[in-house]
Amino acid sequence: MAYSKKVVDKFENTLENPQAFNVGRFDPKEENVGTGMVGAPACGDVMKLQIKCEPKGNTHIIKDVKFKTYGCGSAIASSSELVEMLIGKTLEEAKEIKNKEIVDALELPPIKIHCSVLAEDSIKQAIEDYESKQ
Amino acid sequence: MSTQSTIYLDYASTTPVDPRVASKMMQYLTPDGEFGNPASRSHRYGWKADDAVEEARSHVANLVNCDPREIVWTSGATEADNLAIKGVARFYKSKGNHIITSKIEHKAVLDPCRQLEREGFEVTYLDPNEGGVITAEAIKNAMQENTILVSIMHINNELGTLNNLEEIGNITREAGAFFHVDAAQSTGKVDIDLSKLPVDLMSFSAHKTYGPKGIGALFVRRKPRVRIEALIHGGGHERGMRSGTLPTHQIVGMGEAFKIAKEEMESDHLKIKTYHEQFLKEAMKIEHAYINGDLDNKVPNILNISFNFVEGESLIMGLKDIAVSSGSACTSASLEPSYVLRALGRKDELAHSSIRFSFGRFTSDEDIKNTLSILNKVVDRLRELSPLWEMHLDGIDLDTVKWNTH
Repeated sequence: MAYSKKVVDKFENTLENPQAFNVGRFDPKEENVGTGMVGAPACGDVMKLQIKCEPKGNTHIIKDVKFKTYGCGSAIASSSELVEMLIGKTLEEAKEIKNKEIVDALELPPIKIHCSVLAEDSIKQAIEDYESKQ
Repeated sequence: MSTQSTIYLDYASTTPVDPRVASKMMQYLTPDGEFGNPASRSHRYGWKADDAVEEARSHVANLVNCDPREIVWTSGATEADNLAIKGVARFYKSKGNHIITSKIEHKAVLDPCRQLEREGFEVTYLDPNEGGVITAEAIKNAMQENTILVSIMHINNELGTLNNLEEIGNITREAGAFFHVDAAQSTGKVDIDLSKLPVDLMSFSAHKTYGPKGIGALFVRRKPRVRIEALIHGGGHERGMRSGTLPTHQIVGMGEAFKIAKEEMESDHLKIKTYHEQFLKEAMKIEHAYINGDLDNKVPNILNISFNFVEGESLIMGLKDIAVSSGSACTSASLEPSYVLRALGRKDELAHSSIRFSFGRFTSDEDIKNTLSILNKVVDRLRELSPLWEMHLDGIDLDTVKWNTH
């Protein structure tokens, strides 16, 4: 398997120390929480991403993130990588994140690019959910 | 990390060469060894090499109880499968163009069948029953007037399940079709008696039985006679069925490995059976673990388990100090879940969650104990990471969820 050291390290670190890598859940009913879940068990990957935000000026800022991912090593690494990119960003900034950034950061092999697409979709959906509550 | 610190539980993929085999092979390579060409008839270098090749042929024949003249050396089981399937189909094409095989065969059988379809043959791919077994009844129902060949494996490489060669062979005999068996996983694991079994062709591999890679053999029955069209021409070695200078050291290695397999089959089996029982008992204590393949009809050296709510590749990655595989090593680069598990009718998510553990001659008590403890830990951790496990704990039936596929 041709995984980069970055994918392997990210995966192993997340597995070894899940709390430090934002594995977990928020109550999805809370008003300041947005939840996104993409993928399907039959396809081999499901990502759940939750953002906790607060208003700042005329926008909202992502204060905290939790995730859970069922999938291959690079799906888990991609979620974990995305989470690190999100904290402290405004929703506008978060919407701008493209899967390519995850591909580059982890040096994902071509066959695993769909993992980064899934991660991008999960943040889009989480933001949508959050905005619908505001 | 050195390979040696990784526990090896992937014996169904390949085995290390037994040191006794390797030291014997060394005697047929160097200037002070018997390096001659077995086909050289004019000097003692050739005669000695030929003697060694024939002795090895006897060891192989002896393990499966056939005549040494029925053994044809090939580069491995893949070539043996190709030679048997294409060889019979092309030789007997005037008699019929229908072939029967199964969906759980190795690619070395499926791909030659696909090739024959391109050449105008018709192939039926049978489903296994839910235990991973191809029944004689399924073969009987698929038989046609024009069926010339049935190719069914003995032991499935992913599940370890056993097909009943006697029952299937009785049907093919009655129907007048040839019966080829891929027995790459069988040698040294179960008794094979070709003097009694109604099998016409059987493929063997050295490297699954503590011999070297790059050598295998095809059994081609003499009575009743089976004829095959060669794939490789150039010198007429192996009675015209497989040309090419015989690799003496490889052949000697296979012979020695099969000789040891005959002597040690029982002790190997006893040891591995104990490991299997121990592993099964402990692994089944993990919630939502499912055995793939019929437990009552399988060999103990292969154990295929699905851990629900955990994806197989991530589990393999998590088990970084243990060498295991999800299904066949040939397909592990693809994203598809195992086609063998799918053929069993397993749900896709369970097919995505499967791991094959395979034990062997050099497996130790420690290996089993350590693997079980790491396995428990990693499954727990991955479930902590799994949104599916969370939903399951919340009492959500995953089958009723509308998934947001991409």
